[in-house]
Amino acid sequence: MLSIDPTKLDRRALLRGAGALVVTFAIAPGRAGAQGRTRQQTEALETAPRKSVSADAVQGFLAIDAAGQVTVYAGKVDLGTGVETALMQIVADELDVPLGRLTMIQGDTARTPDQGATNSSLAIEKGGAQLRHAAATLRAELLRRAAARLHAASGDLRIVDGLVHAAGAEGVDIGTLAAEAPIVLETDPAAPLKPPSEYKLVGTSVPRIDIPGKVFGTFTYMQDFRLPGMLHGRVVRPPALGATLLSVDEASVRSLPGNVKVVRIANFLGVAADTEWSAIKAAQTLAATWSDVSNLPDEAHLFDYVRATPVSQEAVTSNAGDVAHALAESRRRLSATYDFAIHTHGSIGPSCAVVEVKDGQVMCWTASQATHNLRRQLAACLDVSAEQVRCIYLAGAGCYGRNGHEDAAADAALMSRALGRPVRVQWMRQDEHGWDPKGAPVLIDLEGAVDDGGKLSAWRGTFFYPKQTAINVTLLGSELAGLPSDAGMDPGGVLNDTAIPYRCANVRTVVRRLATTPLRPSWIRSPGRMQNTFANEAFLDELATLAGKDPLDLRLESLDHDHRGAAVLERVTTLSGWRTRPRPDPRAEVAVGLGLAYVHYELSRTYVAGVAQVEVARSTGKVRVRRVFVAHDCGQIINPDGTRNQIEGNVVQTMSRVMKERVTFDRKHVTSLDWSTYPILTFPEAPDVVIDLIDRPDMAPLGVGEPSSAIVPAALANAIHDAVGIRMRSAPFTPEKVSKALQRA
Amino acid sequence: MRSVPLRVNGQTFQVDVDDPDMPLLYALRDNLNLKGPRFGCGLAQCGACTVHVDGQSARSCVLPVSAVGTSEVVTLEGLGTPERPHPLQQAFIDEQAVQCGYCINGMIMESGALLRQKPHPSVDEIKQALANNLCRCGTHLRIVRAVQRAAHA
Repeated sequence: MLSIDPTKLDRRALLRGAGALVVTFAIAPGRAGAQGRTRQQTEALETAPRKSVSADAVQGFLAIDAAGQVTVYAGKVDLGTGVETALMQIVADELDVPLGRLTMIQGDTARTPDQGATNSSLAIEKGGAQLRHAAATLRAELLRRAAARLHAASGDLRIVDGLVHAAGAEGVDIGTLAAEAPIVLETDPAAPLKPPSEYKLVGTSVPRIDIPGKVFGTFTYMQDFRLPGMLHGRVVRPPALGATLLSVDEASVRSLPGNVKVVRIANFLGVAADTEWSAIKAAQTLAATWSDVSNLPDEAHLFDYVRATPVSQEAVTSNAGDVAHALAESRRRLSATYDFAIHTHGSIGPSCAVVEVKDGQVMCWTASQATHNLRRQLAACLDVSAEQVRCIYLAGAGCYGRNGHEDAAADAALMSRALGRPVRVQWMRQDEHGWDPKGAPVLIDLEGAVDDGGKLSAWRGTFFYPKQTAINVTLLGSELAGLPSDAGMDPGGVLNDTAIPYRCANVRTVVRRLATTPLRPSWIRSPGRMQNTFANEAFLDELATLAGKDPLDLRLESLDHDHRGAAVLERVTTLSGWRTRPRPDPRAEVAVGLGLAYVHYELSRTYVAGVAQVEVARSTGKVRVRRVFVAHDCGQIINPDGTRNQIEGNVVQTMSRVMKERVTFDRKHVTSLDWSTYPILTFPEAPDVVIDLIDRPDMAPLGVGEPSSAIVPAALANAIHDAVGIRMRSAPFTPEKVSKALQRA
Repeated sequence: MRSVPLRVNGQTFQVDVDDPDMPLLYALRDNLNLKGPRFGCGLAQCGACTVHVDGQSARSCVLPVSAVGTSEVVTLEGLGTPERPHPLQQAFIDEQAVQCGYCINGMIMESGALLRQKPHPSVDEIKQALANNLCRCGTHLRIVRAVQRAAHA
């Protein structure tokens, strides 16, 4: 058994493990004051060992006990993507220990270094690199210790299955070596990494260690976590964005069983009860009066609203030559506008957290992708120091970005503080669909030209995105309660992939950062990169048509001597039979088409090319996606099956988003509050996904969790064009929109 | 408060219930501490809460506990164990047919009901049987492969 089950740990042992929390509390008494310390805390202060959480120290990431068991402390967390297993493969290989000796602690602010939020496909690329270097440094130290003990040169020693020995000689276990003296080591960036040829686990499809527990019902999700004496909480949100709570009739829930309690802080309203069902009934029953406000724009004219929103700042993401002149001079030019709907994360399990506020200390169990950030946010919300807050990660349902997990933590924290008991808050479905922060609506204007030889000669992109004012998203509960949360507006890294990966003498791409957006924004899988790649790659196809060229040829000739980019394009077009594809039959009721798209993620990371094969029914506008082909180069592959699992997921999830999804709202609030009003892809609609992985063991591993999602929207739009000759520039590509476009054609 | 007998995974439990309309899901999760059936929507739209009631798949998030009566409830825990896995559980491991896994209870329980009725379904029949079970991670293809594998086990 490799993973720990935090619910099986003795709770006091968990709290004892928070040595750093108590120690720092004493060093920086903060607002609570040193006199606020309990006797137990003082004892803990004197006895608790302080676990390093330094991201620069080996002991921040790794510990070896006397039995040779290795504990990995990862600030990156497994959001259901399999990185727990992949990170263990990296560490086990670099240390030469079997996987079975490893245990991983994830996202515990008292025990794991702050490696940044688990987002942007960086868990392996950045987080794994930190762990690899820490393991390599530790390995060198173990060899030094063994050399002294065995009177051998460290160069003659090898570690095999956790045993250090010279050829033919008796060995010593790494546990014995670790027990010699505490490991206190700065990570050495120059510590020798093993050559790829010596990896035994990296590059193989090690089965994910979390899967058995998930199919037998023994895995503990955040939603399963319970504390003794815990109350069940539910939130009661305003009926309209920005409404003020005028009155609450507590008598309306008095007759319900379960000792219902009402918590009101300004516009924050919640209920708690002894049982979960009582809390749900109370939230449904509680009578509250809110001010009648209508703060949202007219959804029917959403993109006019986006275009008219005041611009706070402009970011120029690429600039060369003289675009205005080149466009004006060109005889073959085009312009087009693309838009992309508001999306919800749509986690299958609504957001959940358990928080205990007690004696000035805050314990928070959370499925947050950024426990260290959440710690600072909760501290701001509760007006305590960050050292008084400990956040511990437990996996929730997939979040695909910053969903409502952090908000649920704030809800639980506010209720626990008010009630003096641990509180578990789980959102209901309408809370999740209605109040998770959203992927913002995106509007993109493109202009381009080709020269007489059909080469790309001018390209101008104007992108409309909400501005960024902070790295954390405002906690909803804090906002409603009129409290701070060390946060602001952040739609994610949306500047990425606004610039194009192609050679063009005259190019200018500008991002207008808007002062506001209708619904609280955050990031959803591949934020910005997906929408930007949609517009850029669909527009490139429009220019290819203008140039009279095959879209593949225009891409290949425009790539700036990038052999890895060319390789994924060649591989995917071979895989899909691109060069020999039949011409669509213009008279057929159901037309079949192929569409190509390419991304060099953030112009510096993973390479992906995709081809979608679709059927379009002319009479209904219904699009069936038969198959999506993907060629993928993420450098060194850590776990091939895990990589395939992520690519399949990216394709299917993004197809759902692009073909079906749109958050709807009236002037007061979101109206797509369940799965019937916000439908997602179902099994009968799922396409086949055919994958060609390019492994480059001698190169650095790059991100996998997002890049292959970025190519899906344009591949689908281009395939629809190939089939029936219409340009789908507004996602989602619903049958209504396809039908309208067919009628116009 | 009254005590209701409930047959779950071959055992009889007495469950204290304030409200006979309380859905079965809360009795399973909160009273019996089972983790297989999961809350997803409370609306019978997603399938994360699926259990078997007398061998038929049922959405425990909308089934009143008082309506269960003497029926036999089986949850994911009752389907198989690591020592004696159900063919579907083994197939989901073999196919690595999980991402976050929150929906997987429903996928296995719904497929279990299908295979009992139709031991060798076609791919289309599997997809139709799972048409009302939602997965957000996009694990659909692996899930279908796992059900096919279990059907041929």
